[in-house]
Amino acid sequence: MNQTLTRLQSLLNHHLAGRILGLTHAFNELTLEVGVGDYHAVMRQLRGQPELSFEQLIDLSGIDYSEFVGREERRFAVTVHLSSLLHNWRLRVRVYASDASFPVVASVADVWASANWYEREAFDLFGILFDGHNDLRRILTDYGFVGHPFRKDFPISGHVEMRYDAEQKRVVYQPVTIEPREVTPRIVREDLYARGVDHG
Amino acid sequence: MAEIKNYTINFGPQHPAAHGVLRLVLELDGEVVVRADPHIGLLHRGTEKLAETRTWIQSVPYMDRLDYVSMMCNEHAYCMAIERLIGLEVPLRAQYIRVMMDEVTRILNHLLNIGTHALDIGAMAMVLYTFREREDLLDVYEAISGARMHAAYYRPGGVYRDLPDRMPQYEVNRFKSAEDVRQLNESRQGSLLDFLEDFTNRFPGYLDEYESLLTDNRIWKQRTVGVGVLSPERALQLGCTGPMLRGSGVEWDLRKKQPYEVYERMAFDIPVGVNGDCYDRYLVRMEEMRQSNRIVKQCISWLRANPGPVIVDNHKAAPPSRERMKGNMEELIHHFKLFTEGMHVPVGEVYAAVEHPKGEFGVWAVSDGANKPYRLKLRSPGFPHLAAVNEMATGHMIADVTAIIGTIDLVLGDTDR
Repeated sequence: MNQTLTRLQSLLNHHLAGRILGLTHAFNELTLEVGVGDYHAVMRQLRGQPELSFEQLIDLSGIDYSEFVGREERRFAVTVHLSSLLHNWRLRVRVYASDASFPVVASVADVWASANWYEREAFDLFGILFDGHNDLRRILTDYGFVGHPFRKDFPISGHVEMRYDAEQKRVVYQPVTIEPREVTPRIVREDLYARGVDHG
Repeated sequence: MAEIKNYTINFGPQHPAAHGVLRLVLELDGEVVVRADPHIGLLHRGTEKLAETRTWIQSVPYMDRLDYVSMMCNEHAYCMAIERLIGLEVPLRAQYIRVMMDEVTRILNHLLNIGTHALDIGAMAMVLYTFREREDLLDVYEAISGARMHAAYYRPGGVYRDLPDRMPQYEVNRFKSAEDVRQLNESRQGSLLDFLEDFTNRFPGYLDEYESLLTDNRIWKQRTVGVGVLSPERALQLGCTGPMLRGSGVEWDLRKKQPYEVYERMAFDIPVGVNGDCYDRYLVRMEEMRQSNRIVKQCISWLRANPGPVIVDNHKAAPPSRERMKGNMEELIHHFKLFTEGMHVPVGEVYAAVEHPKGEFGVWAVSDGANKPYRLKLRSPGFPHLAAVNEMATGHMIADVTAIIGTIDLVLGDTDR
């Protein structure tokens, strides 16, 4: 681990003592996991504390862990990528929503204005609700869309398709007529396979 | 007295200044914008979801189609994410080629932006000149990758192939006489690097031409100075990156601050604006093109002197050469496995970001050890910039909305993903 990240790690341990559920270092990046109850206060501190000073929320996105081996229990998580221009470091913050059937996470749009649209996107695609967001509308999908397309149980071909109906002289929705097909199956191999170690 | 109500109009989705399919609902008080509500998603193709159903390498061409005016920079972030997860060391020559092509892409992107931005607010001629230069650079794209736009040239572990030794030539047809063709082919007699070097020598002169058309142009200044002002604090709050942030006077460029590939070996400067208005962002982009030109020149001289491999030798991630594949059983198996099953990426997650012409383009890739991504999140620079339009446009006249849309360098393919 390089020196900047070691320093950031110790600062986080100091300032957020007792509220850190996990602080992992991998691929030269730090990932902080916080509880859903502490999330908003921690984010406020990450931005406000001069020693941490994360001025920018670079990215916020949802993820559905329901098919990830070992993490199926807590289905939805929100992952935030923060960046500090002053200290030139980055941090990933993850918070798991407590209830998979009704995932709610606090909104950080009042801390960083850029979170506004990212939270709308996570709501649209994953159905994660953001408590305190003042304009939680769908953003990427069609007007009147039903469902949350990036959930793992949503088929890649969707549920409805659209066509122009010559008789009714308008565009109509109907159930999809194509069947999803998988050309390359999903295969998981042992860890070292990817690095080309010990395989001829 | 008559009751006066605010008037709401639709700008787009079919509007030439909307740069694609942007629908902007504008609430007007007379001619003044009270609220601008962008409706996006009309070009949403679900790239992130599609990538989950394809092998890692099959998604490389999807990256070209995100921001379809800076194709290779998108591929770059995606390939970097995979390389970090697997732990691949990209050969030095491939790193130089990537840096060179990133900068060619930056020039391509800024040329399009400045040309169409000027077109949107009334300077017809600009786009004709900038597209003249884009033509040369798209020929470079074509020569190295075979495609003028959607190159799919960067691959995890390097680039698809080495730079070509000759440039494609124009041929005589009923539109081009033998004399025209001779002139067009004059700079194409040598290798790709010769052609590109000739371009970099000509390009500063072209930039001076653009400057004389726009920089002191009274109408251009009336339309851009003081329009869409972003203070440095607000630019940070709104997640602005790239020229949008630098135009507000924040010196932040990932190529300098968090260098990737061989950017730390390059000599270049980061231009910053002062006032954070559309005019300053235009000046930043102009200067960035000059700096990109400098970087391309440095790469050319290094690439001339240093031949070498352009992709890693790890056949779990990169295919063996065609020649060796045809004569060797083991390599044939590698080839077969790589193109049917695809590469496997160890469990983990990374966020890889590059300084894209429009700002920070990042890829958050989550792998569960399979031959396909578990989740891919594309952090496009245009998304937060478009979210800032409401704040930038409020209080301006309706005609300034086109100036603001032009200055954020909007490409809906990248915003909607």
